[in-house]
Amino acid sequence: MTEFKRPDGRKIDATRPMKAKVGIVKNADGSALFQFGGTIAIAAVYGPKEMHPRNKRNPAKGTLRCTYNMNSFSVSDRIRPGPSRRSTEISKVTEWSLEPIVMLGDYAGQVVDVHIQIIQADASTRCAGINAAAMALAQAGIPMTDLVSSISIGKLDKQLVVDVDKAEEDWEDGEGATDIALSFVHNNEKLSHIQLDGYITAEQLKEAVELGKQATKKVYELQKEALKNPGKEVSA
Amino acid sequence: MADKEERKIVIPGETIVSGDEYLPGEGTEKNGQDIIALKYGLAEEQNKLIKLIPLSGKFSPRRGNVVIGKVEELTFNGWVIDIGTPERAFLSLMEVPRFVNKDALEEVMAVGDIAVLKIWSINKRGIDLSLKARGLGKIGEGLIVEVNPNKVPRIIGKEGSMIKLIKDETGCNITVGQNGLVWIKGEKVEDELLAKKAILFIEENSFVSGLTEEVTQWFGKNNGKGNTAEDKE
Repeated sequence: MTEFKRPDGRKIDATRPMKAKVGIVKNADGSALFQFGGTIAIAAVYGPKEMHPRNKRNPAKGTLRCTYNMNSFSVSDRIRPGPSRRSTEISKVTEWSLEPIVMLGDYAGQVVDVHIQIIQADASTRCAGINAAAMALAQAGIPMTDLVSSISIGKLDKQLVVDVDKAEEDWEDGEGATDIALSFVHNNEKLSHIQLDGYITAEQLKEAVELGKQATKKVYELQKEALKNPGKEVSA
Repeated sequence: MADKEERKIVIPGETIVSGDEYLPGEGTEKNGQDIIALKYGLAEEQNKLIKLIPLSGKFSPRRGNVVIGKVEELTFNGWVIDIGTPERAFLSLMEVPRFVNKDALEEVMAVGDIAVLKIWSINKRGIDLSLKARGLGKIGEGLIVEVNPNKVPRIIGKEGSMIKLIKDETGCNITVGQNGLVWIKGEKVEDELLAKKAILFIEENSFVSGLTEEVTQWFGKNNGKGNTAEDKE
């Protein structure tokens, strides 16, 4: 166990160098950047504004609408621009992970738009996107009960690691790679989002969730610091 | 938080203070002993009441607010006006203090015209505006400056002290809409531009305590000299 070496030499519970900045899109009501090593996500929040199309309006409360997009230049093999099966799924998952914290009761019939752009991808893009979106929503002055912090946990062969990068995602030795994306609501430490791609035992999944809980605390601290110093880039 | 003047930035979900003696005010919530922020903004304490002043976000309309808006659309019985809210703002014919020919609404205000209005009521259907008060009406000429709606209280100052200072220094007539639009009307364009610069200076430095003094100093530096600099540009 102790001899396990990660491709980039990190400790098993270490994230890649993280960076965060709030207020990077001038036109938006709120915006933020979040970076995990080679993964950079930008989130811009517009709204609350009138919901179009009108048939999607919810007369009881406001709607949160997320759009995740990976730019065609974000990976070395150019990806086809435009919505895909994958990006639609991640948009929806991001929406669900943020819904427990936003309070849109006063915005009946309105929508808060969150646009997430991945400008550079090196795995864990959805986690970076959720982190950026949570900061951007806060900066946009949306009433929220808390912040959401997200991290990916990987299982390489039998070893659990924090914050998976592309080389680890493609791990082929032994049992191969399992990628678990987790989002936590900070104060009550509850999961707001979990996704799993691969194989894992129930015991090890519990271990992974615990590992994720510890790792998101570091993410939260960075998000907090970035929000307290708007316009400044903070790193950890 | 013992010092009353001290303000700090808080983030949603953060515990501002804890203790039974504190009361939750606007933008905060009480959870057990803790006062928790529900928005991103500056936390302020006044007589054990914790208030949260938002730093960003859209204009949230209140009854009685004076706003500046642009005519978006004419309907058969009034005007739809954009005041920067997600809700629809409507000025009814009945709320104009003069006779209006129903077939010629554009004679009073056409699409694209800008007016100073008052929020008369807010209901589920939207916002109702009125022109029936002093100082309201269509804007003829002058300069419109757009600022962050959350900085409007800073521009007005305590009991209007800041806006009075700008008015005295520049000799301009200034109307501040709560939605972040400011109308400046002066004798000369130079005066209007100076007032605009002063307002943008306040918006940028809204964190500074003792801002009124700061602005007085700023005027000392920029008055007269500022005008010539403007000419060179």
